[in-house]
Parts: sequence; structure tokens; C-alpha cells
Amino acid sequence: MELLSGGEMLVRSLHEEGVEYVYGYPGGSLLHVYDAFYQQSAVKHVLVRHEQAATHMADGYARASGKPGVVMVTSGPGATNTITGIATAFTDSIPMVVITGQVMSHLIGGDAFQETDMLGLCRPVVKHSFSIKHPSEIPEVVKKAFYIATSGRPGPVVIDIPKDMTVPNDRHEYVYPKKVKIRSYSPPQKGHTGQIRKAVEVLLAAKRPMIYSGGGVILGKSHERLRSLVRGLNYPITQTLMGLGAYPGTDKQSLGMLGMHGSYESNMAMHHADVILAIGVRFDDRVTNATDKFCPDATIIHIDIDPSSISKTVDIDIPIVGPVDSVLDEILDIIKEMKETPDADAIASWWVQIEEWRKRHAGHYDKNDNGILKPQEAIEGLWEATKGNAYICSDVGQHQMFAAQYYKFDEPNRWINSGGLGTMGFGFPAAMGVKMNYPDEMVVCVTGEGSIQMNIQEMSTCLQYGIPVKIFCLNNGYLGMVRQWQDMNYEGRHSSSYMESLPDWAKLAEAYGHVGLQVDTKDQLKGAMDDCFGKYKDRLVFVNVVVDPDEHVYPMQVPTGAMRDMWLSKTERT
Amino acid sequence: MRHIISILLENEPGALARVVGLFAQRSYNIETLTVAPTEDPTLSRMTITTSGTEREIEQITKQLNKLIEVVKLVDLTEGTHLERELMLIKVKASGAQRAEIKRTADIFRGQIVDVTASVYTIQLTGTTEKLEAFIEAIGPNCILETVRTGVSGIARGEKTLSL
Repeated sequence: MELLSGGEMLVRSLHEEGVEYVYGYPGGSLLHVYDAFYQQSAVKHVLVRHEQAATHMADGYARASGKPGVVMVTSGPGATNTITGIATAFTDSIPMVVITGQVMSHLIGGDAFQETDMLGLCRPVVKHSFSIKHPSEIPEVVKKAFYIATSGRPGPVVIDIPKDMTVPNDRHEYVYPKKVKIRSYSPPQKGHTGQIRKAVEVLLAAKRPMIYSGGGVILGKSHERLRSLVRGLNYPITQTLMGLGAYPGTDKQSLGMLGMHGSYESNMAMHHADVILAIGVRFDDRVTNATDKFCPDATIIHIDIDPSSISKTVDIDIPIVGPVDSVLDEILDIIKEMKETPDADAIASWWVQIEEWRKRHAGHYDKNDNGILKPQEAIEGLWEATKGNAYICSDVGQHQMFAAQYYKFDEPNRWINSGGLGTMGFGFPAAMGVKMNYPDEMVVCVTGEGSIQMNIQEMSTCLQYGIPVKIFCLNNGYLGMVRQWQDMNYEGRHSSSYMESLPDWAKLAEAYGHVGLQVDTKDQLKGAMDDCFGKYKDRLVFVNVVVDPDEHVYPMQVPTGAMRDMWLSKTERT
Repeated sequence: MRHIISILLENEPGALARVVGLFAQRSYNIETLTVAPTEDPTLSRMTITTSGTEREIEQITKQLNKLIEVVKLVDLTEGTHLERELMLIKVKASGAQRAEIKRTADIFRGQIVDVTASVYTIQLTGTTEKLEAFIEAIGPNCILETVRTGVSGIARGEKTLSL
């Protein structure tokens, strides 16, 4: 029988879960736990400069690896600083375990120093949360937390631990459970075969089919199955912001992203489709535009592991609740055994129509002749420099949309962005989380001068732990997406969207011990990229790329319109 | 339409807050809520009455089901069911009124559970409609105070909501 303190149990339990890095920040209520960390080397603690960054690091790691990220912070402000990161993970269904310190049990409720009701604060943005009432509960609660975070529709789980649960001389028997059973929690294991069969019949009979896939395919590790299905049927596919890379973006069957800033061909094909197979998506408002005008002719099949995603915003004709991997396997098997094939003539003429749409918006954007880069050009330059193989961790705004549109992702888990919550400040720490775990990969934070300043302090963490991410900052001197909306809807009144008094980025990077590069004109981009990934391969490089401030993201759906209602440029509308 | 959602949930601290919080954060409406432990002390039984469109009620039941501590739930209004609410109502009862109130309470099968020279406290059990009918019959001028438990419900016949 092994006797351990609560702090030791916690660290040991994390090790049993295969955790290599914990991202966090110490403080009074967690000092016993940090002491337990100090006395072992299996689980490493990464000290960030702000707790929000710890959550995004864990999140970035989780998105790249498919494994849960782990965060540890102290009570009070430490805990409240994690809320944005927890909400970011929750909205995008990212597995994460967040351990928060708490004041001693007998002080709870008495407004003690650094006390906050963390369980109450985080309740709307967690999949579940636990409070430790006795040290001996710790192993089982950790096991449950990891199980809940990673099973079904993944999400963040918080464990709140009062300081007196981790006291070094209060030792209890330690056994790490092999399995846990939670009688009130049983995520679906399999889809309904009758529904799946019905779906396949409708899918094969389609004349104008569309496959609309999302983040659920990546979370469900099912990109290979998706590819087999799409290729086998020769159907067009569009992917959500969260789903990019599950199907190769450079493949001819890929129509690109859909929705508010989706491609012309994707949105047109969705609007005119007669059958839509939606996989691991949630029909959110940035995809559907006005739901009453959404895809009027389509019979919609929806596969999702979360029953509450079904018919939440758009009525679904054939719902299939189940894990995407087993449902896709079953679909592939049924197609094989049915011996029916799609209507080749109908599909061929559907492709003719799609190719016409593709041609219409083939130019996408106009280049400048004054040497100033368009942001789209900068992203294309980045794609060329990294041969499309980098992990791209984006912040939020115009640069995010340009990256989603112009960096063609051919593999899943490589496009890492806060799609649901839209958290500025996410990209840089997320990139750090990825780079620490994939040190041999190119990891780039695509950002803007607005977003990067929301977690810029982490350049210090990068120096301490040697995390050579590349920061690719599309600097247009404005909060670009805000400015775009002000241009389009507020007659160009740029209320608080100009970032005055920006720092000298190169000097800032150098002050933190890194490398800063400046790209003022088009002809400097290639050289900077060569240095970034060549000469300075093992350094953090901040590349400040000056881009045209007048550029807008297009297409852009017209508010309250249908999928097909878009602005294609400042002057052209569908 | 009005729905009665009956929930079996883990009898743990915080479970009630999760249910109530869900209604608040998703702006669902709660008309009444009752909760108490069952014969199995690890479980609580909760009855919520709410109203909304079909889509809203579907979302409410799905979102409730996603809460880890919710073991099972049923929308009782989908089948035949019993519903009861308990009310304690304190009314002015003096002079000629006294007999009249006693008669009304008898008609509604209420019981007078506390008496003073000028006040009756009446206990009444029944559906929400019955309690409201009683309030109307007594009239607003007589009523000093009312306290109601909210609806508890159970399915008719063999159907049970249990582990």
C-alpha cells in the first residue's frame, strides 16, 4: 500500500494519464502541489506569463495532437484568468483538464484572500467540473475528468482543489483506477443502422449532392474515412472553418470553406444542392446565414455525436447521432454492399455547374502595383515558403479568414484557430503549445497587430523554454475586421479601430531575446521567409508584414440573406 | 405549450445549480421547479414546468441530458400523467366570511390546518388549475399570503423513471 499526499496524488495521476506537460502558474493555494511537481521529473510544468496563455497552450496542443491539454493555476485571479481559454475550448469542443487551486475548505464562502467561486464562474463554459472534498478522491476524480474531457463530444473539465486537500503530511492510500464508470454519462457508441441505411439511399440518389464537413471529423479522427467516402462518390465537399484539412484543400473535389467568408462556389453549391451530408458540424450562424433561407431544396442528413446539435438551428431530415468514425464506417460498408452507384450523368452535370461557379470568382483579389502587399498575397507567400506543411495557429480577424482561404490545408490538425468563440490572443500561445510537442515541425502563428498584443508577454516564456515559433503578423494598422464592418455598415466611421502607437516590432522581439524581421514591400517577403525558416530556423522570429489596410475579406455573405447572397468585392454582389 | 419535465439527477452539491444555470444561460423559461431526494438518497427527483415551441422543448431536454449529473429525464406531458401541487394559503376569516370560506375550502377538499380568531390557514393539493380556481373563488380581498410548492409529476400506469 502506497501512501501519498493529495499533491503527490495529483501529479502522479497526471502521469498515469500520460501527461507530459502541464501549463500553468503557481500561487498560494497550489504551493503544496508545486512542491510535489518539483520532486519528480515525469510531468513537466511550463511556467507561462499569464494564465490565459496557459489555457491556449494546452488547447493548441490538444488540437494538434487530439489528446487533452492540461492547465494548472492558483485560486482567485489565477482561476478567473483561465475563463476565456476554457470558453474557447468549450465552444470548439476541445478536450482539456483545468486544475484550479482553491482556498482552504473551512474558508470557502468567507470572502478569503484570492477566493472566487470557480465552479460557479466556469459552469456555463465547461463540460463538467469537480470540487475535491477529501484528498483520497483525487485519483478517481482525475480519472473521471480525463474520461469526460475526451469522450463523446470533447470539452474542458475543471477540478477545483482546496489547499487543505494537498497538505504534504496528510497521506492516504493511492490507487489509480484503471477504469471509471459514471452511471449518468454514456456517450453514444454507434449510430442507428436504420437511419444510416436511409441516409445512404438518399445520398446515392442525389443529383446535386454536397458534403459539408466540420471540426467533428477532425476531433473524431476520421479524415481517412471522409476521404474514402468523398472520393468513392466523386461528390463535391466544402469544409467549415473548424474542419479545414480533413479533406485536402488542394484537391479538385474540395470547394474550400463555406459560410460568411466561404468561397463563392461552396456557398452557391450549398444553396442549390438537393442532398447535403453534414458531418460533425453544427450549422452555426457563421455558416448558414439566415436559417429560413438556408438551402431550400436540400434533404439534409446530419451526423453528430451530440444530439443537441441536431435540428438546433436548421431542421434535419435524417439525423444520425453517433461517433463519426463508426457511422462513416457503416456508411462505407452499406454503400459497398448495396451495389448501387450515384447517377453518373447527374453528378457530371453538377460538376459542370460547379466549375462554372469556380471560374466566376477565380481571380479572388487584385494585387497592388505600388509594392504594398495584399494580405492574401502574404498568406500565399507563407504557403509557398512552408510548402503547405506548417501548423498554422491563427488569431482572430481578417488575417484568420485570409489564412483559412489562402493557406490550403491538406492535412487535419494543422489549422488551429478559435473558430467558435473568436478569441483574440489565442494564436501565439496555441502555437507555443504545438511547437513544444512537435519540435521538428514548422509552427507559425498567423496574427495581426491587434491580436498579437493580447498575449505578447509569452515571448518571455518562449525564451525560457526555447520555443522557436514563427510569428507572422499581418500589420495593417487597423483592427481589420472591425474596420471592414465599419466601412460596409457605418459609412467608414472607424470608431476605435485604429491601433495608434504601435511598437517597433523588431526591437520588441529583440528585447525579449528573439529575432525581428520587417517586410515593408512585396519584394522583401521571400527573403524574410527564407531567413525565418532557414538562417533563423531555431529562433523565434517575429515577422512584421506591412499589408494594405484597405483590403476587405471577400466573399462576404449579405446579412439576413441566403447562402448564395454574397458580396464578391467592394462593388460586386451576387 | 406547457411541458412538465421530470428529472432524475445525482444528489450532489452543485447539481441543482447546473440545471438552473442551464435554463438561465440559454434563456429557457422555468415556471416552477421542485426537487427533493428519492427513496435512494444518492438520487434527487426534480420536476420543472416550462413552456416553449417544440424546438425549444427539444433543445431543453437535450441540453439537460448533456449535464453529467442528469441520470434520466422524461417529458411527462408526452404521455398520461399525474401532477400535484401543494398550497398553503392564509385568508382573512371573520364574521360571516368564516363559514363561507370553510364551505369553499370543503368544496375544493382543502383542509384548514391553522386557525385564529380572524385567520384561517388552508392546505390545498391539486393541479395548478385547481389551486388557481380556489384562489379565484376566495377572491383577492381575503387572501393574506399564499405559498405554493410548484408542480410534482409522475407518469400514470406502469411507466417509471428510475435507474
